[in-house]
Amino acid sequence: MSVQTESGAVKLTRKDFKTDQDVRWCPGCGDYAILAQVQKVFPTLGVPRENFAVISGIGCSSRFPYYMNTYGFHTIHGRAPAFATGLKSTRPELSVWVISGDGDGLSIGGNHLIHMLRRNVDLTFLLFNNQIYGLTKGQYSPTSEVGKRTKSSPLGSIDEPFRPLSVALGAEATFVARTADREQKHLAATLKAAHEHKGTSFVEIFQNCNIFNDGAFFHVTEKATKRANQLILTHGEPLTFNGGEQGIVFEGFEPKIVDVADVGLDAIHVHDEGGSLAYHLALARLRAPEFPSALGVLRRVERPSYDEMLNAQVEADREKRGRGELKRLIEGPEPWMVS
Amino acid sequence: MSANPITPQVHKRKMVAIRFAGDSGDGMQLTGSQFTHTSALAGNDLATFPDFPAEIRAPAGTLAGVSGFQIQFGSHEIFTPGDKPDVLVAMNPAALRANLDRVERGSMIFVNDDAFDDRASKKVGFDNGNPLLDDTLADYRVFKVPFTTLNRNALTDSPLSQRDKDRSKNFVALGLMYWVFNRDMDFTLQWITKKFAGKPDVIAANTAALKTGYNYGITTDTFQETFQVGRADIEPGLYRQITGNQASALGFIAGANLAGKELFLGSYPITPASDILHELSKHKHFGVRTFQAEDEIAAVCASIGAAFGGAVALTTTSGPGVALKGEAIGLAVITELPLVIASIQRGGPSTGLPTKTEQADLNMAVFGRNGEAPMPIVAASTPGDCFHAAIEAVRLATKYMTPVFFLSDGYIANGAEPWKVPEVDSLPDLTVTHPEGPNSEEHGFLPYKRDVETLARPWAVPGTAGLEHRIGGLEKSKDFGNVSYDPSNHEHMCKIRAAKVANIVNDIPDATVFGEDSGDVLLIGWGGTFGALHAATMHLHAAELSVSHVHLRHLNPLPKNVPTLLKSFKSVYCCELNQGQLRRLLRAEYLVDVKGINKMQGLPFGVEELVGRVKEEMKAEGLL
Repeated sequence: MSVQTESGAVKLTRKDFKTDQDVRWCPGCGDYAILAQVQKVFPTLGVPRENFAVISGIGCSSRFPYYMNTYGFHTIHGRAPAFATGLKSTRPELSVWVISGDGDGLSIGGNHLIHMLRRNVDLTFLLFNNQIYGLTKGQYSPTSEVGKRTKSSPLGSIDEPFRPLSVALGAEATFVARTADREQKHLAATLKAAHEHKGTSFVEIFQNCNIFNDGAFFHVTEKATKRANQLILTHGEPLTFNGGEQGIVFEGFEPKIVDVADVGLDAIHVHDEGGSLAYHLALARLRAPEFPSALGVLRRVERPSYDEMLNAQVEADREKRGRGELKRLIEGPEPWMVS
Repeated sequence: MSANPITPQVHKRKMVAIRFAGDSGDGMQLTGSQFTHTSALAGNDLATFPDFPAEIRAPAGTLAGVSGFQIQFGSHEIFTPGDKPDVLVAMNPAALRANLDRVERGSMIFVNDDAFDDRASKKVGFDNGNPLLDDTLADYRVFKVPFTTLNRNALTDSPLSQRDKDRSKNFVALGLMYWVFNRDMDFTLQWITKKFAGKPDVIAANTAALKTGYNYGITTDTFQETFQVGRADIEPGLYRQITGNQASALGFIAGANLAGKELFLGSYPITPASDILHELSKHKHFGVRTFQAEDEIAAVCASIGAAFGGAVALTTTSGPGVALKGEAIGLAVITELPLVIASIQRGGPSTGLPTKTEQADLNMAVFGRNGEAPMPIVAASTPGDCFHAAIEAVRLATKYMTPVFFLSDGYIANGAEPWKVPEVDSLPDLTVTHPEGPNSEEHGFLPYKRDVETLARPWAVPGTAGLEHRIGGLEKSKDFGNVSYDPSNHEHMCKIRAAKVANIVNDIPDATVFGEDSGDVLLIGWGGTFGALHAATMHLHAAELSVSHVHLRHLNPLPKNVPTLLKSFKSVYCCELNQGQLRRLLRAEYLVDVKGINKMQGLPFGVEELVGRVKEEMKAEGLL
């Protein structure tokens, strides 16, 4: 429960963010781990509880707001970015979080996602990517791999999948990161970094659906394989993995794996969150089996946010013309008197 | 030209309708609106009808590219832009061809002589070539005026290119009409100076063109008569010129202001609603935030998000956009958030007739959502009335915590009229209060605990400590607002949402009757057909027929006295620009055998047309 501190500010704890509603995801679902981290991180952000708004669309992940004791809005399929844009534009002091999935965010809501990103609305967008439709019981999703056999693709999916980070980068996102449900500390740190960024923070979370697509990311998250398959990004540090034994170098635009012992640490490419889009895109597309998957903040650049600019226009107009006066507005510039 | 100008004879007229027609690049809308402003300032009552093609610039000289602007002005009250123009100004053969059928024989036609030749005339269906050279127009009073030549001659010294010079020729036509109707040029001269500030050559050219037209009237002996339309005896007060879309925009700002709130508009450009977006985007100092969304769905969703945050939220669109917004509007119904959806109706289905008027979105407003999703509907009846209807929509939305449909149409949206500016003090107080603390001793804050009188749920906004709660599209439990699949709870919630909307009937005025409260025939209509129906009823009264007219502002719920009215007449004719959408509602609701007078031509009702059709119906029923 919340504790009154000496300074009078309310110190929040994880329990303050739990609701009295039963959590109804399938036992073993990766969503539980994400919920736990969000509830753990929120009290540390210095935001009063009443100033959080959690907005979602439709899908398993989108039940999230019901489990967060904040203001919450479970909206309609794919459209959460639009609701969040309207809310943040009129209430810029709120901390707005959008919870979405691969189907919600990239299929039915793909259009809203890219427009939210290009506008750079100041909010955090969490994309729970499990590469499957869970709530509708197991159809292939826009991130499912080609050949995926599901209820609606018995002979294998023939759709080329979206790579969420590529989509975000292509849509002019200013903050692009990736983490995983089973990487609790990394997840928490990524959520914090996302919150601190001004503008849209896009976070892809590898999330396991243990019912319809179990183990989709195990190569990245399980003990036995993660060492070789995780490329943890740190700004200003070389791109090394596999316990520092291997690293990434670039030959032109092409990434290449090298042994650090062969080339020396200085030859390894140093991660730059403010680097070129081409570099970030290359990072976004590293994947198994050839490459490890990048986890962490790929891109972080500054650009004014939509809500900030919208409200600045309102303020500038008020400074120039004064607050609007109804009588003058209704009369218009050229009224005439009939006597 | 005659060296000795003849003093023309001045005829007095009670009302006149003029139609300006030309290529869509000829500036006819501008010419029409200048004539409108000037006539309003001269004290006339008036109504206008801009009639333009969907194509921005159809090929020059084609029928598809004809743009028209009709204005009727008079020395008494004017309700419509006129069925048939008394004067046609046609800038080319296409404009003449497209409008000739509308012009009464014996009327005056001013043509731009320079634009008429055999080739251009044949292209638009004058098979015998130039109609000015044969007897095609024998039944009309035709004035051949070389507008292009007059303009070029007036601008010989202008440094503008020939092409730019030719753009001024509509001002020659306007100047001539000012002379024919004894109008002052001052308003337009000032307007030109303001509009083209910083472009002295354009100011000089347009000014010279306007004066050239006027002086041509003075010095040419062709025109031996001019017309005078006196001041209308209209209610004293402050007036302004206003279109329906402007009035809607101002009404929504006023509504938000009266509620003590700021307005948020989520919108996607669509004809004929875009002008509301344009207008609202100009008034940021009122705290108006306009969001041009990526699509119709995002537009309404952003508005709902803003409503959740406590703004007065609006989305503006037309038929195809309403179709796309349906799911989100249903969410506003179940989450019980205030939202106004303004549909400026146009011809449908699908893309239909984007620039033409129709009233065929009523079914969609009443029924167009999945599930049981009732909503209040408010319809505006004239350009100026859009202002008051918009305020009413905001009032109902915020007081009853519900999405509300605001219906206007292309005809009143683009049409203009002189509008008596209301006193700000006379506008209703719409002050909204948000809860700041718990509303239940036992449970703290219950987001779905209703006001006993309005049945509205509390509008608790993010940022209020202790009232954190979740809403969403899944069915909500009574009072608590938690997700509930309980069968009897769902039925209860469906019924209470319906009761909340139905209950609004106690908060809206009875429908007023023009004419007797009972009699032979009741004409019932809604929305933009008001002017034509009112004027037609006056004609029918003059013919001593027992006909009354009721025009509905509230379409859901319908006013309390509607059933009594329907049953107080031998016959009821529901007049609509659709296939009978209100008619069907009235029959279903009240089991009265309402008959329909319907039109689906993308055009408003004409007054004579209505009078004729009412009489026909009455004859068929033995009432005449």
